[in-house]
Amino acid sequence: MKMKSFLLGTLAFLITLMAALVIASTLLLMEISFAATPAAAANPVPDAGPGVDEIVKRANHAALYQGDTCKGTVALKIVDSQGRVRNRSLNIIRKNNGQDDGDQLYLTYFKAPADVRKMVFLVHKTTEPGQDDSRWLYMPSLDLVKRIAAGDKRTSFAGSDFLYEDISGRNLSEDRHELVDTKSGNFVIRNTPLDPGSVEFSHYVAHVDQKTYLPMLVEYYKPGGQLYRIMEVVKVENVKTDNGNVYPTVTNSMVRNLETGSTTTMTYSDIRYDIPLKDELFGERYLRRPPREVMR
Amino acid sequence: MNQGATICAAVWLGLIMALAAPAAAGTTGITENVTAQTSAPSLLDRLAERFPPLEINGYVETRAGMRTRNDPDEKGVSVAEATLQLEMFTYTDWADFKFKGDLRTDGVTESVVFDTREAWIFSRPSDNVDIKVGRQVLTWGTGGLVFLNDMFPKDWQSFFIGRDAEYLKAPCNSAKVGLFSHLANVDLVYTPRFEPDRYINGEYISYWSAADGERLGNDDILEVDTPNDWFEDDEFAMRVYRNVNNYELALYGYWGYWKDPKGVNDQGTATFPKLNTYGASVRGQVGPGIGNAEFAYYDSTQSNGGTNADVHNSQMRYVVGYGQEVWANCTLDLQYYVEQMLDYGEYRDRTTTGRPKDEFRHVITVQLSQLFMNQTLTLALDGYCSPSDEDAYLRPSAEYKISDTTVASVGANIFFGNHPETFFGQFSNNSNIYTSIRYSF
Repeated sequence: MKMKSFLLGTLAFLITLMAALVIASTLLLMEISFAATPAAAANPVPDAGPGVDEIVKRANHAALYQGDTCKGTVALKIVDSQGRVRNRSLNIIRKNNGQDDGDQLYLTYFKAPADVRKMVFLVHKTTEPGQDDSRWLYMPSLDLVKRIAAGDKRTSFAGSDFLYEDISGRNLSEDRHELVDTKSGNFVIRNTPLDPGSVEFSHYVAHVDQKTYLPMLVEYYKPGGQLYRIMEVVKVENVKTDNGNVYPTVTNSMVRNLETGSTTTMTYSDIRYDIPLKDELFGERYLRRPPREVMR
Repeated sequence: MNQGATICAAVWLGLIMALAAPAAAGTTGITENVTAQTSAPSLLDRLAERFPPLEINGYVETRAGMRTRNDPDEKGVSVAEATLQLEMFTYTDWADFKFKGDLRTDGVTESVVFDTREAWIFSRPSDNVDIKVGRQVLTWGTGGLVFLNDMFPKDWQSFFIGRDAEYLKAPCNSAKVGLFSHLANVDLVYTPRFEPDRYINGEYISYWSAADGERLGNDDILEVDTPNDWFEDDEFAMRVYRNVNNYELALYGYWGYWKDPKGVNDQGTATFPKLNTYGASVRGQVGPGIGNAEFAYYDSTQSNGGTNADVHNSQMRYVVGYGQEVWANCTLDLQYYVEQMLDYGEYRDRTTTGRPKDEFRHVITVQLSQLFMNQTLTLALDGYCSPSDEDAYLRPSAEYKISDTTVASVGANIFFGNHPETFFGQFSNNSNIYTSIRYSF
């Protein structure tokens, strides 16, 4: 009797495992065959300086990809139109995982407020067109690892005025980029979405510093040309690494939503680049119990 | 009953006062409070300075609710309680230490209870071993609202009276060892003394007694004979898992007992027969969302192939689910769950009285949630609907974050059923609405 049920169980195991593998591989094949169309070609600028594509690429690198790894503490202060204040505090570790500013791994540990305290958010970001990031959330009070479906990236990050896309980056292939000016030490770039229905803006204008390539000011416009959202950098600091590199890093920035009257200030501190981080840190083991240095 | 009403009134009064307090604070401008906090360190801050790594957190909460229809077997008050939760965390070079406990004054049972939810030591003795020993909450598996291979204790009482979602899982005293390799990861959980679910026994929620052929409540608390010998009546659970291209594959095993009383002895006392479960699951991206599939074989060894009338038959359980963001800040999860009774012919042969159960129980679960107002307001609807049992259970709720420290919520647990003996139908006198306010520190 025992033996029979054990055999039954084992058989059921194997059948499911096979089925799972078949499903997974079929899905993979489907994804490969659905590879998206390449991005529209950009207009080369007849200037002597770098072309607009090069500027956008460098700006994307400066904002998101400096250093192979990075660790830091983010504090968000949200002030709504009535002056009510909310605070968020989180630690982030990041590792570049692909070639040419492609895939990245993020592990985020929330420290405050109480309702998200000790929650852990894991993202396997992909820049493959037509593919979604993989996201997991760990809720310690339930010991629950929740898989989060990829969502609209134009939604609020942690209830702040920063959007998820401000944090994880917007895919360069989603906009048409034009260099419209090179005034006051900045490249001024107008970005127009190739799929206007996918976003709430008609276009946005980025002012990129000509030395550091950091986007210092980004203005978002509604259809009809109305300015409704501003992201500006308040402070940039040079962060030295152990191996002698220096990375100019935004340590204080602000988003103002002119429609709601809400403002969020982000401060970034305790920043360390190029520290050794194993790939394993970005899996279920450390999602359930992050490494100690991430929790402090 | 009068006492219950008095307690309920007191809880309501507390709720109203608590609601008034943060509103008053809000009008004076919270920015002042923030500066006040930084200039004058609180007692907690001073404690924390003295013992560097000690973190203290917690909350105070009041929660009150009432039945929406008369239940002759229970009080009109479905929940009336004030809870203080205290959480302490510290660490040394080699381990983390955590304690989390609830002190609750409960107006329904008219008692004061202390419930230790967590008291554990965690250590990473080597690169590929994690150990967590002590009282802890444990969860694995892919089902939402339904459990197949997760044999860790649930607290259905808390769930049905509208306590916070974290209370659906009950703690257990266990040792969990995680072993990690590039091939696969293994979790082993040993529980030296059987830890049953906090199942429905009539204390808070009335239930259908097949033996008595009627609904019973707090005058007839279910008599059980729980296996409770340390290291004799133990449980062992195992999971082997790995990711393949971000598809999460897992195999499970459990050797222990039915988690709620699925048997009866010669004296008519409810018992927990032996149970082994085996199963597997997969979860990953499907189109724009996340799909999951899981099954479990429940081997009820003492049912003797369905011929033992005193023990529940073996089962197969299956679930497939899919979830996605349907529009910004709105997620929808749907699942189809099937519970199959094995040895069904034997069951029908031995069942001569009452309405026999179906061979298959079909359940559809829905989890819908939408965030509003910069994610400060959450409207949610969780629901179970069983077309085969002709019953349903809905859990609508609204939660508003008044500030970073204060959360107010209101919700309901609504049971429907055409038959008094089906899983959700038996609870239809227990439909309730509740409200709560929580201040965290």
